[in-house]
Amino acid sequence: MGSLRAELTWRPLADHPLVAYVLRRLAVGVFLLFLASVFIFGATQALGNPAAAILGPHVPPVARQQLDKELGLNRPVLAQYGSWLWAFLHGNLGRSLSTRQPVAQYLAPRLVDTLTLAGVALAVIVPLALLLGVWSAIRRNGVIDHLVSFVSLGAIAVPEFVTGTLLVVLFGVVLRLLPAASLPTPGTNPLLTPSILVLPIATLTVAGLAYLVRMVRAGLIEVLDSEYVLMARLNGIPEGRVIWRHAVRNAMAPTIQVLAQTIQWLIGGIVVTETVFSYPGFGSAFYNAVSLRDITVVQAAGMLVAGFYISINVVADLVVVMLIPKLRTAR
Amino acid sequence: MTEPLLKVTDLRVLAPTGGAIIEDLSLSVRHGEILGLVGESGSGKTTVALALLGLTRRGARIAGGSVRVDRDELIGRSEKELRRLRGRVVSYVPQEPGVALNPAIRVGSLIRELAQLHRPDLDPDVTVRAVLDRAQLPSDDDFTRRFPHQLSGGQQQRLAIAMAVVCEPKLIVLDEPTTGLDVVTQRRILDEVKRLRDELDTSMVYVSHDLAVVAAIADRIAVMYAGRLVEEGPSHATITEPHHPYTQGLVSSIPDHAVPRRLAGIPGVAVGVGDRPAGCAFAPRCMLKTPACEVETPALERVGPASLVRCLRWRETPAVAVQLRIPQEGRDGQALLGIEELRAGYRGRSGLVLAAESVSFSVASAECVALVGESGSGKTTIARCIVGLHRPDSGRVLLDRAPLPAVAKDRSPDSRRRVQIVFQNPYESLNPRHRVEDALSWAARRLRGIGRNEARRDVELMLEHVRLPRSIAARYPTELSGGERQRVAIARALVAHPDLLVCDEVTSALDVSVQAAVLDLLCGLQRDLGLAMLFITHDLGLVASVADRVVVLERGVICESGTVRKVLASPAHEYTQNLVKAAPHLPAGSAARSP
Amino acid sequence: MQAVAVTEAIRHRKGFRLPRFLRRKSVRVAFGVLVVMLLVAFAGPFVTPRSPTALVGPPFADPSGAFPLGTDYIGEDVLSRCLAGGSLLVLYAALATAIAYIIGGAVGLLAGYSRSVIDPILMRIVDLLLAFPAIFLVLILAARYGSGADIVIIGIAFIHIPLIARIIRTATLETSVRGYVEAALARGDSTVAILYREILPNIAGPLSADAGPRLTTSILLIAALNFLGVGLAPPAPSWAGMINENIGGIALNPWAVVAPAVLIAVLTVSINVVADGIARSFGHSTEEVIRR
Repeated sequence: MGSLRAELTWRPLADHPLVAYVLRRLAVGVFLLFLASVFIFGATQALGNPAAAILGPHVPPVARQQLDKELGLNRPVLAQYGSWLWAFLHGNLGRSLSTRQPVAQYLAPRLVDTLTLAGVALAVIVPLALLLGVWSAIRRNGVIDHLVSFVSLGAIAVPEFVTGTLLVVLFGVVLRLLPAASLPTPGTNPLLTPSILVLPIATLTVAGLAYLVRMVRAGLIEVLDSEYVLMARLNGIPEGRVIWRHAVRNAMAPTIQVLAQTIQWLIGGIVVTETVFSYPGFGSAFYNAVSLRDITVVQAAGMLVAGFYISINVVADLVVVMLIPKLRTAR
Repeated sequence: MTEPLLKVTDLRVLAPTGGAIIEDLSLSVRHGEILGLVGESGSGKTTVALALLGLTRRGARIAGGSVRVDRDELIGRSEKELRRLRGRVVSYVPQEPGVALNPAIRVGSLIRELAQLHRPDLDPDVTVRAVLDRAQLPSDDDFTRRFPHQLSGGQQQRLAIAMAVVCEPKLIVLDEPTTGLDVVTQRRILDEVKRLRDELDTSMVYVSHDLAVVAAIADRIAVMYAGRLVEEGPSHATITEPHHPYTQGLVSSIPDHAVPRRLAGIPGVAVGVGDRPAGCAFAPRCMLKTPACEVETPALERVGPASLVRCLRWRETPAVAVQLRIPQEGRDGQALLGIEELRAGYRGRSGLVLAAESVSFSVASAECVALVGESGSGKTTIARCIVGLHRPDSGRVLLDRAPLPAVAKDRSPDSRRRVQIVFQNPYESLNPRHRVEDALSWAARRLRGIGRNEARRDVELMLEHVRLPRSIAARYPTELSGGERQRVAIARALVAHPDLLVCDEVTSALDVSVQAAVLDLLCGLQRDLGLAMLFITHDLGLVASVADRVVVLERGVICESGTVRKVLASPAHEYTQNLVKAAPHLPAGSAARSP
Repeated sequence: MQAVAVTEAIRHRKGFRLPRFLRRKSVRVAFGVLVVMLLVAFAGPFVTPRSPTALVGPPFADPSGAFPLGTDYIGEDVLSRCLAGGSLLVLYAALATAIAYIIGGAVGLLAGYSRSVIDPILMRIVDLLLAFPAIFLVLILAARYGSGADIVIIGIAFIHIPLIARIIRTATLETSVRGYVEAALARGDSTVAILYREILPNIAGPLSADAGPRLTTSILLIAALNFLGVGLAPPAPSWAGMINENIGGIALNPWAVVAPAVLIAVLTVSINVVADGIARSFGHSTEEVIRR
């Protein structure tokens, strides 16, 4: 009789592990978004009465009741959550509590500004990091490698606001080469005044580059030390081919994951960087909303960030599955 | 006399720390000859294999000597020149093809790359097909578009071998190519290797720790110990009449299922790279040692027309003594352990896997029963059910005819004490943060409820029983060798004064000579303490050396059982017959005499 | 065998043996710097030339003999504030990390050993936490509950807890299938005994490798939050807070911003180098630890 296997009568997806995985991953992503919304709503609105917190204790009850009604706080929690989520899914992000302006209108241009900043920073970081990372891994323990290693270990450790501040002092005050505050002309594309972008991007680049270089190097070294690379060499394959066709190809998957992490890390650092340079982007909008206890803006911005973060993870996972044959084939 | 194809002279390879991995190594291989390179851990044989292609592992470097293949010298050449030679003049078959084949490149592309590189004159498609045909692998698109992980272990290795002969090199280096393969597949690979040699007239260097396998395939054998060549000679002669005491010990340690024998083993521990003593490296473990042996390293001497040996006292090397072993039979005593209709499964990666079905057998007191099967046959699951580590789906485990609860925690302390187990992996069975004496003392106190002082005395006694020096007690497991750790694991089991000892592949991870010593220990313990033993293994030779009765398991079901003598000599079931046929054994004539 | 004898000899000698992670020169230098920084942070408040909160002169005055680093945005002495501004940062970070380890460790141990329902729940929570950048998380909490120091400590602890739980759960899982744990199970040892004797001592490795980077992250997070005005305990000075306060007058007295900035940088870089050294001494690399 031999070993039995659990027979499932209907498994159409068993023959398409790739499709099954994609669907599963998307479903998990949506579920996480849902969880995120619960968390945001719960943290900001459901636990206790935010009206009292927002307005402070020395405010006439009338104002509080007004705010209660406006926020819909006299309804059961689930109803509040439901209507908030419903509105959000329809593009209605609510109104800012401080400016009464629709949140969507308020955040949209800022989002664009921030994406510009992040985009340019990435465009600088990624090619540079790949170059340096691959170079250090190939010429391990060489002069460049040690230098890169040493500098990057330090650069990761310094917080962005410190780097930013020091850069501002150096270039804005001492050398007077670049503006100390980055204020683009409202309504225009910040790319038109590149000088204001230099310092914030430099700040983001310093740490982001250090992080990515180290991870790329580590990933490639792990592959270069593998048995199959040794085997390729034993087969007499030219070194260039060994590195590019055999090694780098296998190092791509972890690199993608690290890239995703770098992007996420960049987003995390945006809040602080924008504050240092007074750059009117998404991050500083979020921060202002926090200071002003503008709950609706915080909720909307939080959801956007969560959505972005989760999407990046999903995309990265899907790309990795495409790159690693073992994950997408049945055995 | 024709020039040898491969000529290695005074090869010297240093480790990153500066110590020598290989010293003073000289070999030669004639055209069309297969040289078997034999050695245990620490011998440096894998380093030699790589050096034959001019490579070392990261950090090590070739410090001197010459490796000449046909007319090409490999040492001292530039990487570019070496690359031209690798794969074309000399090629390599890896130990574990599962990790040596690039997981991201399809099988067809891997071969094609080599074809384009080494045979640019031919149409790559033709070459790819020829290579696959030679490896007896399908050459259709469905196969060539697969990735390496989609092939079985045997297919992967046949592919690796086929890739190594793409351009019909003059020399092929095979580095333990049958590691991890089951016995039947191993036999197939060996036949394949021989066929290749006959077809292509290539020379080969076959590196292995398994003397029996090497004896089956090599024309000449070279034995390495601690980085040096200690003996070399024609295959048959070296095995039947070894000159070096180490070789003699090695041959005496090889289990043979056709000739049940007591394995002797070699006392002591293999030396690592940094620990080599002055003088002859084998001296500390050698029965013929003299003070002179510890001072000067002997040179290689010629013995007879075709052999070499590195020993001052080789003339006194005893002949291979085969002490025949007579299994105890007719033990119709009370069944100590009974397994009744055991059915057990576990949740594997792709669903439920049934490891054992309707398994029933018994073990009498002071009897040794072997449970034999290939990996994945369910042996370990059965063992774990017996000691209460796995809950069976149905069936019973009986101790003295009383059923035992499924989980160890539910069993009485006494029944827990009476059945003890020793695991396969010596490197994970001892807590690295506990000293030997702590581990043994705790087990004694827990299982027999005795106090600290009595436990301490017991620990000393147990260490003596397993033939370990008392100083081991204060050590941590990380300071011990694999063989020593396994003895400590055995001591830990014995300290409970059990009635039944379950040994789950306890020697699979050990060198041959260490394995023999541990097996000899177990036999002795069984005899002296009247222990019952359930000995689980995949190696039929070990069965012959230690067991009285044998139970054969095929994919979770018992297909045959009976006395060792009967089952091994005339197996009834087809599966058993295949196992017996495929199992490697020493050539006839090596069983010299009985005690 | 000789190697073993040498190790024995070293162990019996009563002399001082350098811990493994201090073997590299760069780590030794960083360690020294770190010790100095910790001294400044903790002993500093006791040696300030003036009270850190006293108004001693005009705002953003240039450095002079009386005030070597000048004054800040309201006229306090920058040097005194620098000396007093580090203790809370390090203290809060250490506190948050310690709380996280205790709670996260317990959860991870149980989840990894019992392999029960807790496991998938834990993984979902970790995934959820990874759906936000840490700063955003704490800010969201601060938007609702205020910007006190307690929010920050609790918030950061809660960010670390699931991640620590996951690391410990993985280590516990790997350890619990080892032979010696199975031997203990077969002996009938109690769960507590197994966790304490067999498992805990063997997960120390990955734990220690993780501790350094985690502390660094805590410090970086708290500093960033302080810079944003969250987690301060006024009127006590804080390095990051000082940067926030004085950034307006950066052209007048840059020292009010540069001094605390440099102090933070030196602290975090030295911790990072030492943490990297510790991770390496356990055979891991910082990259591995981050990847987990």
